[in-house]
Amino acid sequence: MALRGASTGQLARSLRAAWGQQQSRALVTQSLPDLPYDYSELEPVICAEIMELHHKKHHQTYVTALNATAEKFAEADYKGDIATMIALQSALKFNRGGHVNHSIFWTNLVPPKDFEPPSGELLKAIESNFGSLDNMISIFSPKTAAVQGSGWGWLGYSKDSGKLVLETTANQDPLSTKGLVPLLGVDVWEHAYYLQYKNVRPEYLKNIWKIVNWKNVAERLEAAK
Amino acid sequence: MAFTLPPLPYDYTTLEPHIDARTMEIHHTKHHQTYVTNLNAAISKFPELNGLGLVGLNKAAGTEKIPKDIATAIRNHGGGHYNHSLFWKVMTGPTDSNGPSADLKAAIDSAFGSFEAFKEKFNAAATTRFGSGWAWLVVQEDGKLAVTSTANQDNPLQMAIVDTPGIPILGLDVWEHAYYLKYQASRPGYISAWWNVAPKREATDPVVT
Repeated sequence: MALRGASTGQLARSLRAAWGQQQSRALVTQSLPDLPYDYSELEPVICAEIMELHHKKHHQTYVTALNATAEKFAEADYKGDIATMIALQSALKFNRGGHVNHSIFWTNLVPPKDFEPPSGELLKAIESNFGSLDNMISIFSPKTAAVQGSGWGWLGYSKDSGKLVLETTANQDPLSTKGLVPLLGVDVWEHAYYLQYKNVRPEYLKNIWKIVNWKNVAERLEAAK
Repeated sequence: MAFTLPPLPYDYTTLEPHIDARTMEIHHTKHHQTYVTNLNAAISKFPELNGLGLVGLNKAAGTEKIPKDIATAIRNHGGGHYNHSLFWKVMTGPTDSNGPSADLKAAIDSAFGSFEAFKEKFNAAATTRFGSGWAWLVVQEDGKLAVTSTANQDNPLQMAIVDTPGIPILGLDVWEHAYYLKYQASRPGYISAWWNVAPKREATDPVVT
C-alpha cells in the first residue's frame, strides 16, 4: 500500500484498515479433524457407536463452541473489553482443551490389526523411566482409573528433565497445564467408554493398550525433544 | 455402623420413558453402591467419625474435622452417597402426583418470579456445569432459595468447599453415567425430560440418614 504522498486522512484510513486486517488474521477457525480410520476399526476395544458419537458429537461440539468463543474473545479484545475477555477464559480452556485433547487422542489409537509394540528410542525411554512397558501400564491404568469425574490420563514428556511422566488432568485441561508435552492421552470421560463398558472403567483401561499407536507416541516424543 | 445402599422408592422401570430402566439399575446397583462401599472403607479407619452421620460428614468435608488421610475419600464418596440418596428421593413416576408442593412453589415464585423462571435458571446450571457434577436448588443460611451447581460429587452441604453452600432441596445428576445410555451426547434432552419425573411433591425435606 503506497503511503508516500497520501493525505493524513488517507493514511489514517489505511492504517485502520491494516489494523482491522491484523485482527481478523489473528482469528483462525478450527475444524474437526478426520479420523485416521473408520468408526468400526477400533473394535472390539472401542465400538463403532462410541467412536461415531465421540467424534461427530462430542469433539465437534468442542470445535463449534471453541470457534464461537474465540470470535467473542477477539471482538472483546478489539473493543478493549477486558471484563468479557476474562469471563470467556474458562470457556476457552474447556473448548480449546477439548479440541486439542481429542485431536491428539485420535492419532494415539490404531486398529488392533495394525498394532505394534513400542520399540527403539521410545522403548528405551519407557524402560529407563519405568523399568518396563508392563510396569508403566501398571501405574498408568490405576492412576487414570482414579480420576474423579471427567478427565484424562497421560504419558507426558518433561522438556526440563527429559523424563517421561505419568499424569492426569481434570475435565478438558490440556497437559500443558502440568508443564508437560502430551505423548499419549487416554480419555476417561464416561462418554469415551460408557456405552460399551458401563461403570467398569478399569476394563476399558485394560483393553485400550491393544490399540495404542506407539508409532505416533514415538513421533511425538521425537518432536518434543 | 456402616452406611448402606438405600432401596429405591420405586422400580427400575418406574421413571420410563424419561429415565430408562437400565440406567436406573446400573446407576443404583453399581455407581451408588460403589460410593457406599468406598465411604465405608474410608470410615473404617476412623470409626469415631461414625457419630457424624452422612449429613454431618458432608458438612465437615474440607475441614480439619476430617483426617487428612481420608479427606478426598470423604469428599468424593460421602458426597456421592448423599447426592444419590437425595436424587432417588426427589424423583417419582411420571404418572404419580408430581410437581412441587404448594409451599415450595410459593417459595420458588417469591425467589425467582415464577416456576418457569426457576426452571430456566436450574436448567442453565445443569447444562453449563462442565464435566461431571450436579445442579441444585438449595435453601441458604438466610432462608433464601438459590440455584447452584457443583463439580464431581461435591454438594452444597460441603460448606468449606463450595461457592454456594446450603441445604439441598432438589438435585440433578449431570454425570454422563446418569443419561448416556438413553440420551448419549444430549444432556439438554435429559435435563428437559427430568422434569417429568421430578420434583416429587413430598421431597422438600433434606435427606437425613
